[in-house]
Amino acid sequence: MTTLTEAVRTSASGGTTRGRATRTRTGARRALPAYYWMVWPAVIAFAAFHTVPVLVGIFFSFTNYAGYGDWNFVGLSNYANLFKDDRVLAAYGFSFLFAIAATILTNAISLVIALALNAKIKARSFWRGVYFVPYVLAILVIGYVFQFFFSNSLPKLLSGIPLFRDNILTNPDWAWTAIVALAVWQACAFTIIIYLSGLQTIPAELYEAASLDGAKPWRQFTSITFPLISAFFTINVVLSLKGFLQVFDPIVALTNGGPGTSTESVTLLIFRGGFSGGEFAYQTANAVIFFIVITVVSLFQFRVLQRREADF
Amino acid sequence: MTTATNTASQLESEVDAVTAVEGRKRHGDREDDTRRVNWWATALIAVCSLTILIPLYLAVVVSLKTPDQLVSGTGFEWPNPVRWENFPEAWERTNFPQALFNTALITVGSVVFTLLTSSVVAYALARNIHRPFFKGVFFYLLAALFIPFPIIMLPLVKQTAILGLDNQAGMIILYTIYGLSLNIFIYTAYIRSIPIELEEAARVDGASTWRVFRSVIFPLLMPMNATVGILTCVWAWNDFIMPLVVLTDPAARTLPLAQYVFQGQFNTDYTVAFASYLMAMAPLLIVYIFSQRWVISGVTRGSIK
Repeated sequence: MTTLTEAVRTSASGGTTRGRATRTRTGARRALPAYYWMVWPAVIAFAAFHTVPVLVGIFFSFTNYAGYGDWNFVGLSNYANLFKDDRVLAAYGFSFLFAIAATILTNAISLVIALALNAKIKARSFWRGVYFVPYVLAILVIGYVFQFFFSNSLPKLLSGIPLFRDNILTNPDWAWTAIVALAVWQACAFTIIIYLSGLQTIPAELYEAASLDGAKPWRQFTSITFPLISAFFTINVVLSLKGFLQVFDPIVALTNGGPGTSTESVTLLIFRGGFSGGEFAYQTANAVIFFIVITVVSLFQFRVLQRREADF
Repeated sequence: MTTATNTASQLESEVDAVTAVEGRKRHGDREDDTRRVNWWATALIAVCSLTILIPLYLAVVVSLKTPDQLVSGTGFEWPNPVRWENFPEAWERTNFPQALFNTALITVGSVVFTLLTSSVVAYALARNIHRPFFKGVFFYLLAALFIPFPIIMLPLVKQTAILGLDNQAGMIILYTIYGLSLNIFIYTAYIRSIPIELEEAARVDGASTWRVFRSVIFPLLMPMNATVGILTCVWAWNDFIMPLVVLTDPAARTLPLAQYVFQGQFNTDYTVAFASYLMAMAPLLIVYIFSQRWVISGVTRGSIK
């Protein structure tokens, strides 16, 4: 979650100088054996439980393995079929729609709440604590509470509005908005804290100077606040979108992909097809494509957002 | 050796002093904040916090009702009389003690192993990052952050089943290993800020690299240990997808998994189900309420450096 903030920072500065200082000081060409002993077990374990499954997955994506029994190589036909499969395309469509909506909402709401929490308010640390509560709750479990709310409470509370009266979770066109609500509800907790820590790095003198110059609050926000926390904005947007694209728990809690397959995300599809649909090879091919899509989207975002960031 | 430890504790107190000053500076503008209280912001915060509090209230109030009371209202009414029996019933039906034990075991195991392993690896990497091998390892581990879980999900399940790791021990191993990428990042940035002179003093006294790590570095890592510990704890406690695919034995079920199974079996039994949800959320929530400031500052520390 937090790494990328640091990634950006270290790559931007620091890192190398310290490395060089260490080199001149220790002088030795090879590291002490103890250092290798510290690293090797981790590398081996990581390779065994992370890299091997990745490679095995890529390998089986070129076969027709069903998850059991015999298999043969089928070349690229899994990949070719993916692009012709309406269910797969619909899952990507849903995941992107969901992720974009949830990312925008999460960041907009978090920024507003963080700004308000950063203002001088009564009982600030109490409120900050309240807004962080969703972070410690299992999204699946609190999701079941939301599920009851959408399917039992809301129809009675808002019986005048047909959309809510008929249980929004059973509406193929609008069920996704309920999932967005739950996901945003939880994601905001962490995002608010990141924005808040960003806001606290801005020296108060800047605002004093700005208000002496007669800058109105909105002008202060666009000219001081936002440019100075844009690194945090980049991180939050990239991480939110990446996380939301892989959405799973909120869907299981609310609709389980339904009605029909209208809220089926890519992760849910891989899970279902791979474990109970006898599509092991096919869904690993899907996962490989998914990996490429996520990487491309993340890198693209970094590019765009960082270029904008560099402008100020 | 004692010299080294002394220097370490000295530095630690110095570091503490520095952070205290910084903290005062940072929070200073809060306490002697000359701004007037912003009532608009206070009102906004108070109103919006209802979105957090209402679902929690709903969870509590439904779990205290009888099914009849629930059907007759919207769910939000305070029940009269209160029905406490939902809790013992949920306790029995979900086999709560076992799920709690499994989750606690996996969480504690993951946190302990993560703290012990990630910090060692990060130390070795941070001190040798200019050497190609260590740099390579660093980026190898880091690259994994870009790999989404779905791609390893299907092969991983086969692998854990073959290795006999489709149980609590396997979960601990997986959380420890998968957390490595992120944790190393959090640790290395911090370790690089620890002056190397401190280690050299210990080395001159004849301490081995392991000894240096244990006596000098690890004690200084406490703030980062807190951060990594909190992140790992919340992850392992609340995770759903990994236990769902990896664990096969019903006796190994974690709390979220037990709720999932329960939901499938007693679909309309909302009052008992909600008692079960509350019990599943309560332990971490209670810990959080009592250590709220510490948790938030720990998480913040991990995100800005």
